[in-house]
Amino acid sequence: MKILVAVKRVIDYNVQVRVKEDNTGVVTDNVKMSTNPPDDNAIEEAVKIKEAGKATEVIAVSIGEEKAQETVRKALAVGADRGILVKADGIVEPLAVSKLLQKIVEKEKPDLVFMGKQAIDDDCNQTGQMLSALLNWPQATFASKIEIKDKKLEVTREIDEGLETIEINIPAIVTCDLRLNEPRYASLPNIMKAKKKPIEQLNASDLGVDTSPRIEQIKVEEPPKRKAGIKVSSVAELVQKLKNEAKVI
Amino acid sequence: MSVLLIAEHNNKEIKPFTLNAVTAASQIDTDVHAIVIGQNCDGAAKALSELPLVKKVIHVEAAYYENFVAENFAPVIVKLADNYSHIVCSANTFGKNLMPRIAAALDTSQISDIIKVISSDTFLRPIYAGNAFATVKSNDTKKCVTIRPTSFDPCESSGGSAPIEKAEPGEEFGNTKFVKREEIKSDRPELGTARVVISGGRGMQSGDNFKLITTIADKLNAAIGASRAAVDAGYISNDHQVGQTGKVVVPDLYIAVGISGAIQHLAGMKESKIIVAINKDGEAPIFSVADYGLEADLFEALPQFLEELNKLNTIQK
Repeated sequence: MKILVAVKRVIDYNVQVRVKEDNTGVVTDNVKMSTNPPDDNAIEEAVKIKEAGKATEVIAVSIGEEKAQETVRKALAVGADRGILVKADGIVEPLAVSKLLQKIVEKEKPDLVFMGKQAIDDDCNQTGQMLSALLNWPQATFASKIEIKDKKLEVTREIDEGLETIEINIPAIVTCDLRLNEPRYASLPNIMKAKKKPIEQLNASDLGVDTSPRIEQIKVEEPPKRKAGIKVSSVAELVQKLKNEAKVI
Repeated sequence: MSVLLIAEHNNKEIKPFTLNAVTAASQIDTDVHAIVIGQNCDGAAKALSELPLVKKVIHVEAAYYENFVAENFAPVIVKLADNYSHIVCSANTFGKNLMPRIAAALDTSQISDIIKVISSDTFLRPIYAGNAFATVKSNDTKKCVTIRPTSFDPCESSGGSAPIEKAEPGEEFGNTKFVKREEIKSDRPELGTARVVISGGRGMQSGDNFKLITTIADKLNAAIGASRAAVDAGYISNDHQVGQTGKVVVPDLYIAVGISGAIQHLAGMKESKIIVAINKDGEAPIFSVADYGLEADLFEALPQFLEELNKLNTIQK
C-alpha cells in the first residue's frame, strides 16, 4: 500500500502574525516557517502505518514556492521515503491545490492520501474534501483515530457533538486532527539521511492546472483590538466587578 | 438569483446555528431557500418553513441520509445548484465536511468561515487564527460560502409559512458507511450558544479537578470549555475544545481558568463580551485579552469564587 501525504509550509504556529502596513497581506519576511501542524500528524500516521508493515511507501508532496522544499525535506527526515515539490507562486487556493493533488494521485496511484484537516494560515479547511470530490473517493475528515482493516479504514472523527466513527473503502482521503498521534522529532542522523532522499520537482503549469486565484484578496487588516483590562486583587473584588460593573452575573 | 441554505439538523429538529446561517444567507440575497436532507426529517422541514426569512423549503429523504454523510449529501446540492447564485452553510464540522465537496464539484473556490457579508460577492473572514481579517471578493459565478454562526444573530424562528417541496434523492455513495456517533449528552447550555462559558486549561492538572469548574458552571448556568492542552492531556473530551481548531464562542462572560492563552486558544474566545482570566502566572498572555485578570492559584481562587457567588442574592441566568 502506498500513502501520499500532502504537507504545507506555513508561518510557524508560535509566531505572532503581523499585518503588512499596506494591508496587502501578513508579514512573511524573516519570519520562521514550519510545517502546518496537523500535516505533521498526517506524516506521522503514514510513517507509523509503514512501520507496522501495512504500507510499502510514503510519499510527501508539497505545493508552493521553491522553499516549500524544506517542508518536504522535513517529512523525509521523519520517515517519508521520497518527496514531490510542485512549484507554484503566490496564493494557491485549495481548489487549485486539490486539482494539482489530483494530477499527482493519477500519476502515483496511492491507496491513501493523508493531510492535515486545515492549514493554520488561511484556515480554509477545504483541500482534503475537494480532492475527495474530484477523485470521487470517500473522505474521513478530522480524524483522531485510524484503523486499517484489510481494504477498509475505520476512522474516528472529531465532530462538534463528540466523536463519530465511519468505515471507508480504500482508496480514500483522510484529513488529520491534532489528536491523531504525537508527531516525532527528526533525529540528526535521519535529517542527514533525508538529504539523500529524492525530491522530484515539477511546475504547476506542467500539470496543466490553472492556479490563478478565483478569489481577490482586497485587503488584510488587523482585527479590532480589545481594550486593556484591569487586574483585580481578590476573588471578592472580581465578583463585585462582574456583578456591578460588567453586569454579567 | 437565490441563495440555497443547507440546514443542519438531527432529523427531528434544526440545530440552533441554522438560524444564524439563515440570517447570513438573507444578507446575501433575500430570496433564501433552505434544504433539509435526512431521514424522517419532517420535523426539521416544518421548523424551517416557519422561519420568516425562508421563502421555500426543499425536503429530500432517503435512509442513507440519516447520518449526514457528505458523500451522499453533496450530489443532491450539486444537482440543484443551477437555480442558485450562492450555496451557504454553517462553518461547523457539518458544513466544513460538506461544503468543499460541493464547491469542488461545481468548480468554485469556496469562501470559508465568513464573519460579515459586505456585498453579494465580498465577505470578511478571519485568517491566521483571527490575527488578521481578510476582505475577499469571489469572482466565481456560483459562490459557496460557509459562515461563522457566532458572528450572525439567529433569525426569527416563528411566524413564517414557506412552502415545502419534496425533491428526489440522489444515489447512495457505497464507499462510506456510518458506524456510530458518540454524542456527549449534557444538561448544560451548549458551548457554542451559552451566555456564560467557563474553561479550564493545563493548569487544572487533572480531569478530576475539573469538578471545581463544574460546580461554578452549575451555579452560573454556564457551558464548560477547555484549551487544547487540557483536551490533549485527557482531562476532558474534545467537544469542549475552544480555539482555532475547536469551537469559536462569543459568550457574554468567558472565564479562563489555568489557561495561558496560546494564539490558538485566543482565536476561539477573544470576541467574548467580558473575559475573566484566573492564572497564577502574571505574565500569561491570557491577561492581555482579559477585562478582569486575577493572578492567583486556581485551587484557592475557584472555591472562593463559588463562595462569593453563593453570597449573591441573585445570579443572571
